[in-house]
Amino acid sequence: MNNQYDMLSPEALAKIDREVAKYPADQKQSAVMAALVIAQDEKGWLSQETIAAVAAYLGMAPVAAYEVASFYNMYDLQPVGKYKLTVCTNLPCALSGGVHAADYVKEKLGIDFNETTADGKFTLKEGECMGACGDAPVMLVNNKRMCSFMLPEQIDKLLAECK
Amino acid sequence: MVEIEIDGKTLQVADGSTIIEAAHQLGVYIPHFCYHKKLSIAANCRMCLVQVEKAPKPMPACATPVTNGMKVFTHSELAVKAQKAVMEFLLINHPLDCPICDQGGECQLQDLAVGYGESASKYEEEKRVVPDKNLGPLVSTDMTRCINCTRCIRFTAEIAGFMELGQAFRGEHAEVMPFIGKTVDTELSGNLIDLCPVGALTSKPFRFSARTWELSRRKSVSPHDGLGSNLIVQTKHDRVIRVLPLENEDINECWLTDKERFSYQGLNSAERLTRPMVKQGGAWKEVDWNVALDYASHALRDVAKTHGGGAIGGLLSPHSTLEELYLAQKLLRGLGSENIDCRLRQSDFSADGKRKGTPWLGMKIADVSRLDRVLLVGSFLRKDQPLLAQRLRQSAKRGAQISVLHSADDDLLIKLTARAIASPSQLPAVLAQIVKAVCALKGVTADPALAGLTVSAEAQAIAQSLASGGTSGILLGNFAQQHAQAATLHSLGRQLASALGGGFGFLGEAANSVGGYVAKAVPTGAGLNAAAMIQSPRQAYVVLGAEPELDCADGAKALESLSKAAAVVVLTPFKSQTMLDYAAVLLPVSPFSETSGTFVNTEGRVQSFYAAAKPLGETRPAWKVLRVLGNLLGVTGFDFNSSEEVRTEALGGQPEFVSGLDNAIDSGALNLTASATGFERVADVPIHFADPLVRRAPALQQARDSAAPAARMNASMLAKLGLVEGGSVRVGGAAAVTLAAQLDTALPDGVVRVAAAHSATVALGAMAGVVSVEKA
Repeated sequence: MNNQYDMLSPEALAKIDREVAKYPADQKQSAVMAALVIAQDEKGWLSQETIAAVAAYLGMAPVAAYEVASFYNMYDLQPVGKYKLTVCTNLPCALSGGVHAADYVKEKLGIDFNETTADGKFTLKEGECMGACGDAPVMLVNNKRMCSFMLPEQIDKLLAECK
Repeated sequence: MVEIEIDGKTLQVADGSTIIEAAHQLGVYIPHFCYHKKLSIAANCRMCLVQVEKAPKPMPACATPVTNGMKVFTHSELAVKAQKAVMEFLLINHPLDCPICDQGGECQLQDLAVGYGESASKYEEEKRVVPDKNLGPLVSTDMTRCINCTRCIRFTAEIAGFMELGQAFRGEHAEVMPFIGKTVDTELSGNLIDLCPVGALTSKPFRFSARTWELSRRKSVSPHDGLGSNLIVQTKHDRVIRVLPLENEDINECWLTDKERFSYQGLNSAERLTRPMVKQGGAWKEVDWNVALDYASHALRDVAKTHGGGAIGGLLSPHSTLEELYLAQKLLRGLGSENIDCRLRQSDFSADGKRKGTPWLGMKIADVSRLDRVLLVGSFLRKDQPLLAQRLRQSAKRGAQISVLHSADDDLLIKLTARAIASPSQLPAVLAQIVKAVCALKGVTADPALAGLTVSAEAQAIAQSLASGGTSGILLGNFAQQHAQAATLHSLGRQLASALGGGFGFLGEAANSVGGYVAKAVPTGAGLNAAAMIQSPRQAYVVLGAEPELDCADGAKALESLSKAAAVVVLTPFKSQTMLDYAAVLLPVSPFSETSGTFVNTEGRVQSFYAAAKPLGETRPAWKVLRVLGNLLGVTGFDFNSSEEVRTEALGGQPEFVSGLDNAIDSGALNLTASATGFERVADVPIHFADPLVRRAPALQQARDSAAPAARMNASMLAKLGLVEGGSVRVGGAAAVTLAAQLDTALPDGVVRVAAAHSATVALGAMAGVVSVEKA
């Protein structure tokens, strides 16, 4: 019989199982954040079906998983480019040039926030505090790589790296 | 107990209470939105901030537990300042659309804004706009009005059992929504409307039709399932346009099922019969009451005179009032007929004459919540008695163990401890195994008839759960009562309960399932029961409030017998083409909203109500019509001047609970032999098709629960027949019908599930029994 979570690969389900094992057996849904990350890594973004699959696997209501997926902006509810650049524009970053950094990226790539370049390479997002205000302005690449002191020079370097 | 002081008044409250509970005990009102006594505490609206002595800042009264010696000030300067500040924030994004809002006049936000809001807002920026959601045909949304109290979310998760709503996104963008593209399909969804403290969730059928202050209201009682939920029926210009729950902690608490809340639409249906009609020379004519009554009484008298009273049969709806049932049976007995029955969907009547009293729930409804071990036998509980399912859902959360023995495994949204799913013919055997296992565990001597049984693992698991302590209850659902061996299930259930020292009862199928027995609307002696009256056709029938083709166990046969009868007198609020085909005279009688009457609910509670609206057209209360018929036919003892007099005669007084309730039965030898070859039919009665009124409520008919019946089978049965889901399948009973095949993994082998009470499946005939199934 087809299960709702068949769309996730056995490898991804094995990874989710590792996360589930960290919590008491009757609280599987505690692993929802990790499970969504694993699903997103595999699928590129979190579609409605993917979220429903994760929820079904963890035995929780799909809307409860959707609450989590829509709360954090590291979860992508729409397809993103190969490189997702998130620029922090919260106060400490803004004071140290975060807005300028964002403007510079926009100009370089010719896109605004929440847009993707025509070649599907870059998506630009506005982010919230990443907890590294001392390194402001900061940017995040593909949700996992933190880049500090992102002045135009650094940004040029970063964009050149992203191929 | 701790002693606290609220606004200078001291009181004793239980440990662990919150300030708001203590204040309510004292009659002090603390403004609030997100707090609801039946839901978990969220403390997110902050409206209930109060001052607590020695606390450095205002505390939320709903989430602050009381401590000994605590001093609370609910209206101090600090408290009121905090409450006003919260109100200012709540109103920042709330639209000023009260004039076009359905909640206007009964809105908590509106009321509290009068007390705590400023006359002008300091906020000048853009207000947020939230897209509306489609929650289905019953609940309408205006999500911009939402104040994110999350009551609706907590309701779906905690009371209805499945979180169908959630709060997506974050901060200012947070919005309440169902999962993308889904609707709210719980059978309790209408309660969201009551719970919403603002106008974000309102009633779709009621939308824009009236203001609360234009409505007159009457207390009433639900005419649907056996609980007899208490209602407030609201009318405008003598038309019922809204039904709300009347809180009764012993019955429906503060909830209503969607069926009870929205069935009122059927009262205003175009199919209402408003004038008496008689068939003359094959043509229907609208006539005056006296002509119709003359016609009806002559027809009945003629049949009684030429063929004897026994040639008349009475099929009475168990949704009729006690008074109607009482007068109908009195009339029929006066004509010399003992063929009277209101148990229309029952198929096994072998318990008749062996019962010690009226079958009932065996306990109070409120006591169901106190059971620690429950076995549900043959019950589509969530659809048949949704509010009892709700009670058991809460019980399971506090640790009660609920087990199920059934022929289908629908998700009750209750955490089950054990379950045994077997085909209908196997149910008695499995129940017997459970009895045997419990007797062994309890060291009680089992019925010798059970000696040869082998106890299956499922039965053993259920037995172990039941025997593991606490108060236990064995409850027989509608399916068990409609089962072909209902009497066997009855005696086995009793044996099980007595071995456990626990309760045993029947879940009332209809509003007056108990009342029918009390009103003597059941045959005695040689009288024919509902099935027999249909199997051996009568010359004449009196039908009260029922549509036998949909409301009887064997609708096809019922239709055949009615069509052959010389005279069928129908007392009905509705007319249908089928009725026009078989009836000789149609007498328009009031539905529950237009007559005074009484329902005796499944716990035996007598609940009387008054008419909420004037009878439509020339409709008359059925008790008056029966009274006049009694007079015309010269039956003695028909001099009633009010429905109360009828009630007093029927009940022998004005008791709060009826007497004579007893589930005991002289069982005799048990018959556990099961013989079923081929496919057994499992017939559920879909929630929105169970009675003539709800079948005519358009909004409910669009709900997901009202989907057209399919032939449901498990995967191996589908494979065996070479079927795919959605393919056509021919199901053959009395006649064959073609239905869509549907996968239902929860069904046992050898079973096809086809809903009853639906025009698409009437031709199949008996609800219980064997049918043929083949690929079409």
